[in-house]
Amino acid sequence: MTINFTLNGSAETVTLSDDMTPLLWVIRDILGQKGTKFGCGKAACGACTIHVNGEAVRSCSYPIKFAEGKKVVTIEGLGTLDNPHPVQQAWVEKVVPQCGYCQPGFMMATAALLEKIPNPTDEDIDKNIINICRCGTYYRMRKAIQRAAEIKANELIETSKTS
Amino acid sequence: MGENKKVSRRKFLVRGAVGTAGVLAVGTYLFRNPIRRQILAYANSADSPYMGSGVEPLLWFELTSANKIRLYSPKVEMGQGTFTGMAQLAADELEVPIAMIKVVHAPSITGNIDSFATGGSTSIASLWMPLRELAATMREMILAAAVENLGVPKSDLKIKNGVIKVNGEQITFAELAEKISEWPEVDTPELKKISDYKIIGKSVPRVDLDDKVFGAPIFGMDVDIPNMVYGAVVRPEHIGATFITADVSKAQNMPGVLKIVEEEDFVGVIAKSFIEAENAKHAIKVTWDAPTNLQLADIENKMKVGNGKPTIIQKNGAEISDPEVQMEFTTPIGAHAQIEPNGVVANVTEEGATLYLSTQVVAITQKEVAKRLELDTEKVNIVPTFLGGGFGRRLHTPHAMQAAVMSKAVGKPVKYFFSRKEEFQHDMFRPPTHHVLKANLTDDGNIAHLQHDFSSGDVAIDSALLPSALNSFLGADVGAIRGGFCQYLNIPKIRTTSWHVELPFATSWWRSLGLLANTFAWESFMDVLAEKAGKNPVDFRLAHIQNDKSGERLCNVIKTAAEKAGYQDTVINGKAMGFAASTDAGTPCAQVVELSIVENQIKIHKVTCVLDPGLAVNPDQVRAQCEGAIIMGISASVFEKMTVKDGQLNPTIYGPYQMALLKHAPKEIEVILLQGRETPGPVGEPPLGPIGAAIANAVYRITNKRLTSMPFQEALQNM
Ligand code: FES
Ligand code: FES
Repeated sequence: MTINFTLNGSAETVTLSDDMTPLLWVIRDILGQKGTKFGCGKAACGACTIHVNGEAVRSCSYPIKFAEGKKVVTIEGLGTLDNPHPVQQAWVEKVVPQCGYCQPGFMMATAALLEKIPNPTDEDIDKNIINICRCGTYYRMRKAIQRAAEIKANELIETSKTS
Repeated sequence: MGENKKVSRRKFLVRGAVGTAGVLAVGTYLFRNPIRRQILAYANSADSPYMGSGVEPLLWFELTSANKIRLYSPKVEMGQGTFTGMAQLAADELEVPIAMIKVVHAPSITGNIDSFATGGSTSIASLWMPLRELAATMREMILAAAVENLGVPKSDLKIKNGVIKVNGEQITFAELAEKISEWPEVDTPELKKISDYKIIGKSVPRVDLDDKVFGAPIFGMDVDIPNMVYGAVVRPEHIGATFITADVSKAQNMPGVLKIVEEEDFVGVIAKSFIEAENAKHAIKVTWDAPTNLQLADIENKMKVGNGKPTIIQKNGAEISDPEVQMEFTTPIGAHAQIEPNGVVANVTEEGATLYLSTQVVAITQKEVAKRLELDTEKVNIVPTFLGGGFGRRLHTPHAMQAAVMSKAVGKPVKYFFSRKEEFQHDMFRPPTHHVLKANLTDDGNIAHLQHDFSSGDVAIDSALLPSALNSFLGADVGAIRGGFCQYLNIPKIRTTSWHVELPFATSWWRSLGLLANTFAWESFMDVLAEKAGKNPVDFRLAHIQNDKSGERLCNVIKTAAEKAGYQDTVINGKAMGFAASTDAGTPCAQVVELSIVENQIKIHKVTCVLDPGLAVNPDQVRAQCEGAIIMGISASVFEKMTVKDGQLNPTIYGPYQMALLKHAPKEIEVILLQGRETPGPVGEPPLGPIGAAIANAVYRITNKRLTSMPFQEALQNM
């Protein structure tokens, strides 16, 4: 079966014999984007978190057939070194990563949270950011999430000034 | 070069410009330290040495035409920040900005691999001397080449910010490299004074930060090579299962399947995609001879002090026959649970084998693969990648050999990695432990006599990691006894015994080894004794510390922690503090935990951590290691537990294997670094010591009940 969707803004068409194949493997093994990680394959760790139509989704447990016609964004599409997403900028400022393996999933989950709740309280963060980091970077993550919200708010002010 | 020229302490290989790339390669042989020193190093005291592979020459530095310096690291980067520390050590002696240095994992063909491993919090401590010497020597080679080529005296030359300045002009290293065909040989120069360093000791950002924030494909799991196919290996679900037969008839005809490999010790399937390989694996029917009656209670009984083989590791007192105070503690089986599963890409061709993987043991993996494929060791190139967590789990890499066998059989590169269930069932676990502590006090409330007996499964014993002479200390397991020595040497009589128990499943190194369990027992007991003596827990500890250098450093971390945290032993507004301290591999650490209990859940608000690692090469990264160790310690002591039921290890997925989440991490972690010695010491593991006992000691203040078993959340429920 053939499925069409966009990945980080570019149109993709993939043909698969099994339309239940998790989106994670299509992104990683067919489309070759390795920023989205495999940790458990059972929606239990969050390492594979991406955005599908703006929603945070655990791609290891998201069958490719549901991606038809949708907008998929991964860490590679979130921002770039020259033009980082506020979450990435905050992550750099706070030097969050240790091994780094869980981090794309956390950043994608955070970016989706800030779209819904631009100024999350500690309780909002606790309830929504439920991925696992074995290196224990949670302490800096909380600071980075708060900082990302701040950067984002400032950007909004800047844009409204210039427009 | 004169025959009788004095040979420097280290011998260098110097290559001229290669092609247009202008490569300056610096290599060295390193001394092997006497075995004697290594035993001590692993036992509990000094820093472990860097051990070269014995391959000659070892490639350390390469200068590229883009005027960048590639630094080949014999240590792997698993999050601990070693690459950043190495770049700092090299940049300062080379007089180059840190951005000019790119640290990469040394593939085994460079020879620059550690014959032991990356682990034990030893990387920066062990590279402190050799790496600075190498960098300083490279700087002198560049200067000597500039003298020869530019025809100016050395006094007119200066290296600054990565360029050579000469009489108002400047030339880059790469430009110089293009002019010459042979690098001059120089002796190892004097190192700079520590006080002259400009980058060492500074909190520069991690060198791998951008890669990790923007999703670069740097991990073993991310390796793709052309024509790659996927492998899977059938694994038993039961402890101690032995393979009888396999029926592969169904799997053979499944979609995408390319080949089934039936070896004496494993059955593997190779397919076009990961999913197809997994599906086929599940279709293989294996008959195992598997005992199904083993239960957790059997393991717990086996673990009891008195059941295994005892080794007295500290003795200036007899057994206590009628103790005034006696307590027992236990810790459970722990999983590594690193997020990147174990995996490998193997490419075996006529020429040899190349394997890409996240591993802490490059040299051992190379030897295992070479042996299995009957190749010369040099024909096997191990290319280490960034690790998605190590924690000791990647000290065992038999999957590399399996992937190599599959690649050879199918004639293509094979990628193969563990499912999460396999990760949990086939972990090399942190062994469970049991502790019995006994004490007698003097009339004025000091400890007169203290005894600790602890039992543990294998940590280092029977491990392939160390030469067999090194994995035991007077017969005790060097891993199990980490944190096992009493640190209060003012106590007149101390007797410590390590009991080694053989378990039916594999146990091994888990970040900090025995430190987590042993400190939980020691430091909980110290609070018990302080209360019995009617003394403040901090003063009580200080009173038992001996008057020497290590005693002084321990005193300092304890006093500073108590002061900074405002430690008190009373409960205020439902919040209580717990205190604990440990000394691991020469690094003392004290922690104060502030917590409350809300709806029977332990809620940790703040941790104050004082660590004396000696010189902190990168203070911010030392802090990051403390924060991570504290959170990992909270996870392990409050939540985590593997169990055994009907012969199977459980659970097999995150969630049921409960771990600390963001919401469980303290909102405040204050790390204070002291510098009680001039050189860098171990950092990554020591701060895992005190956290468990500090939590238990705080919980006691609130509940008046003592947590004597991990995980605490479960123990609290059962109290
Ligand atoms: S890999 Fe998807 S949640 Fe763990
Ligand atoms: S940074 Fe290593 S698992 Fe999160």
